[in-house]
Amino acid sequence: MKTDDGIRAPAPAVPRPPISLPQRSALLTRAGWSAFVIAALLVGVLAPLLNLVVPQDSALHLSDYAVALLGKIMCYAILALAMDLIWGYTGILSLGHGLFFALGGYVMGMYLMRQIGREGNYKSELPDFMVFLDWKELPWHWALSDSFVATLLLVVLVPGLVAFVFGYFAFRSRIKGVYFSIITQAMTFAAMLLFFRNETGFGGNNGFTDFKRIVGIAIATPMMRMFLFVLTGGCLLGFFLLARALVRAKFGRVLQAIRDGESRIMFCGYSPVGYKLAIWTISAMMCGVAGALYVPQVGIINPSEMSPANSIEIAIWAAVGGRASLVGPIVGAFVVNGAKSWLTVAYPEFWLYFLGALFIAVTLFLPNGIVGLARGWKRGGK
Amino acid sequence: MTGRLFQRLCLALLVGWGAAHALTADEARTIASGDTDARIAAINQSLAQADERTALFLQALADDVVKVSGDKVFVVRADKATDPVSGEERTLPADAEDAMLNNRMRGELDTALAAIKLFAADDKDRAAAITTLLSATDEGKLPLVQKALAAEKNEALREQLEMVQAAILLGSPDAAKRLEAARMMADGSNRNTKTVLLERLRVEEDPQVKAALQASLAKVEDRLAWGNRLGAMFSGVSLGSILLLVALGLAITYGLMGVINMAHGELMMVGAYATYVVQGLFQKYLPGGFGWYLVAAVPVAFLAAALVGAALERGVIRFLYGRPLETLLATWGISLMLMQLARTLFGAQNVTVENPFWMSGGVQVMGNLSLPYNRLVIIGFALAVLLGVAWLIARTRLGLFVRGVTQNRPIAACMGVNTARVDTYAFALGSGIAGLAGCALSQIGNVGPDLGQSYIVDAFLVVVLGGVGQLAGTVYAALGLGLLNKFLEGWAGAVLAKIAVLVFIIVFIQKRPQGIFAMKGRSAEA
Repeated sequence: MKTDDGIRAPAPAVPRPPISLPQRSALLTRAGWSAFVIAALLVGVLAPLLNLVVPQDSALHLSDYAVALLGKIMCYAILALAMDLIWGYTGILSLGHGLFFALGGYVMGMYLMRQIGREGNYKSELPDFMVFLDWKELPWHWALSDSFVATLLLVVLVPGLVAFVFGYFAFRSRIKGVYFSIITQAMTFAAMLLFFRNETGFGGNNGFTDFKRIVGIAIATPMMRMFLFVLTGGCLLGFFLLARALVRAKFGRVLQAIRDGESRIMFCGYSPVGYKLAIWTISAMMCGVAGALYVPQVGIINPSEMSPANSIEIAIWAAVGGRASLVGPIVGAFVVNGAKSWLTVAYPEFWLYFLGALFIAVTLFLPNGIVGLARGWKRGGK
Repeated sequence: MTGRLFQRLCLALLVGWGAAHALTADEARTIASGDTDARIAAINQSLAQADERTALFLQALADDVVKVSGDKVFVVRADKATDPVSGEERTLPADAEDAMLNNRMRGELDTALAAIKLFAADDKDRAAAITTLLSATDEGKLPLVQKALAAEKNEALREQLEMVQAAILLGSPDAAKRLEAARMMADGSNRNTKTVLLERLRVEEDPQVKAALQASLAKVEDRLAWGNRLGAMFSGVSLGSILLLVALGLAITYGLMGVINMAHGELMMVGAYATYVVQGLFQKYLPGGFGWYLVAAVPVAFLAAALVGAALERGVIRFLYGRPLETLLATWGISLMLMQLARTLFGAQNVTVENPFWMSGGVQVMGNLSLPYNRLVIIGFALAVLLGVAWLIARTRLGLFVRGVTQNRPIAACMGVNTARVDTYAFALGSGIAGLAGCALSQIGNVGPDLGQSYIVDAFLVVVLGGVGQLAGTVYAALGLGLLNKFLEGWAGAVLAKIAVLVFIIVFIQKRPQGIFAMKGRSAEA
């Protein structure tokens, strides 16, 4: 706007619209809360009733096999959720999450091995494999394995610490993208080789198995199994809420900004290292808890859990369900593992074809997974 | 197996054995049963003047087919009992029991058989016999060794036999003989020589002999250490050449095109199975030319893997350019399917691919260092492939296009380059090189569906370490990792070495995230 004499007039005081931050949404919508409560009731009330109270010959009876399978898949769902936080929301593909899962599992496994007491094959205080190797006392890293409280802490702390140290060095030197993926794969591969060794004191090839009891209570009873099942379900739902709170907060927004344009957020004055490191460590801790819940239910932990193939499978659960949505990975874990437990029994030779095709199909045709597909239908229907 | 050994033994004895006295029934009985000391004494006694019956009988003992009943001894083969002395058929009494062997007896039998094999017609058999004898020496075998020494024509074997003779003489009661033997052994370059010297040193009392022993020991140890060092170096270079072959293909698909191909290992597997099929065809239709099947297998492996690679690029990967993480997952899926396909087509068991005749055996460089021909051929092959790829990328039109598309896709397209086709060609080239790597791997190990899995992590590390977009970096990284791995292996064992290397790479990447040879640039993403 120019006046006649060419002097720039002061800008008219146009009322500026107030800077509008996006409205802070509720933790869950009303429908979301209803679904959450229903899920909680299903896991916490209905499943125990159907398994323990309903008689075995009834059509409604939930078999022990189904309880074990669902419990296992819920552990996997926690893993997929953790993977989603780091991959779906932060854009960092980890191919080493199996390591954190296995570390949590090993911590729990050490405790369970100590709980066997003198009932092993060799009737010794030491776990059987140590007697077999002719060891006279527990190695140093077994020091805290006798205490349940310490075990619960270590289940979170050990994977957390490993992730923190690894992540600190990796993120600080700005390793990202595919480089980071390959390095994490090398990490879990190296750990697997290490755990396969007998002299590292983790039972070598065979790992830990043949558990008898947990906090003094026999582990194989229906009550105990059901308790672990409900506990796993509770953890899954709790982690879901935690993840929801994380991604909804400013913290989560920064994470997504890092995913979408890391250079840009750096130019805005944020240092991504802290954010990445935090979510990476939290994700690893969640995996540790999943591992600790997995071991008493499945009854074995060995180094093959750390194989690179296992870790990469976690990524496909998240991708199938839908990245960058929190329900997606849980759905993905259930769908893929459900298909796996059916196909490996019904058509064992086709399972790998199916899994391979799933990898290709999801990346080519379903970038947003099942959840994205469902959302698309919903929007199209409106 | 035993049958062949038998024939060879008989032949050897007919050729090498002149006058000899026959095995007696008495000897046979003392050897087959009774007090262990007496049995061993009898074996050594019979060895001094052994004939083919003795050899057959000792072999039978070692094979656990000798039975004893009262004071009669029988050899039972294929349900037929024979008398070891006359070779005539006998009926086996019902109360015949197996002749018992403890570990000590077995050891004695082995060396006795080795002593007899000193007269085998085949050079290799004699060499094996000499090696066995060197670790178990006693004076009973001296006449035999001297006889063999007189008959031996092969110069290298003669030297080794002299070593055996010296080792036996070390135990002689005559100090002068011991002294001479100790001096002679300084020329030994065998691991067993060192053991023999050490053992003697422990019991030797004569100071002069002792000094000679120590001097010889120092010389032998020195030579052995060199052999070990060179051996580790050679296996490092060999591993490096394999890594180089595996990583060269990746350097093209990942380094130049930016495609993370997790199915690279399975493309190697395709090449290895292609080699297996070519081998089978030659065996069936062209057995005369079997020695040269590998020459035909090289282009077949290349083409098979290149075709699979081109199909992958056209079918899947071209939709995923610019999305490296998705490419990673999709190609992982492809690798699972290819592995399962191999299981369906060829079975889950490993198949064996035989070395052609010109690749078996090796060059004996030092007493404890021999270079297998197949490793040497692979090192040469890796070099040839490297030169070929370098030439292709630097000198040909295709290479020019590949570099152009890599550096700036839109501009290359504006210049009229069909970028999509260049992508396909480049990917097929990378895959074909993977096929060549598979063909090479089939010559040093078994071929199975999991073949690629064991190398893929290493191969990616080589590329990452070497730096993206660089062939020179890949070469240095492959050789460096190979050598590092093998040297650490000698020092800390295979698994710990592997872990140490992985940790080293993780730390190294911290310092130089772009690899040894980083592309220079000023980008915020760097």
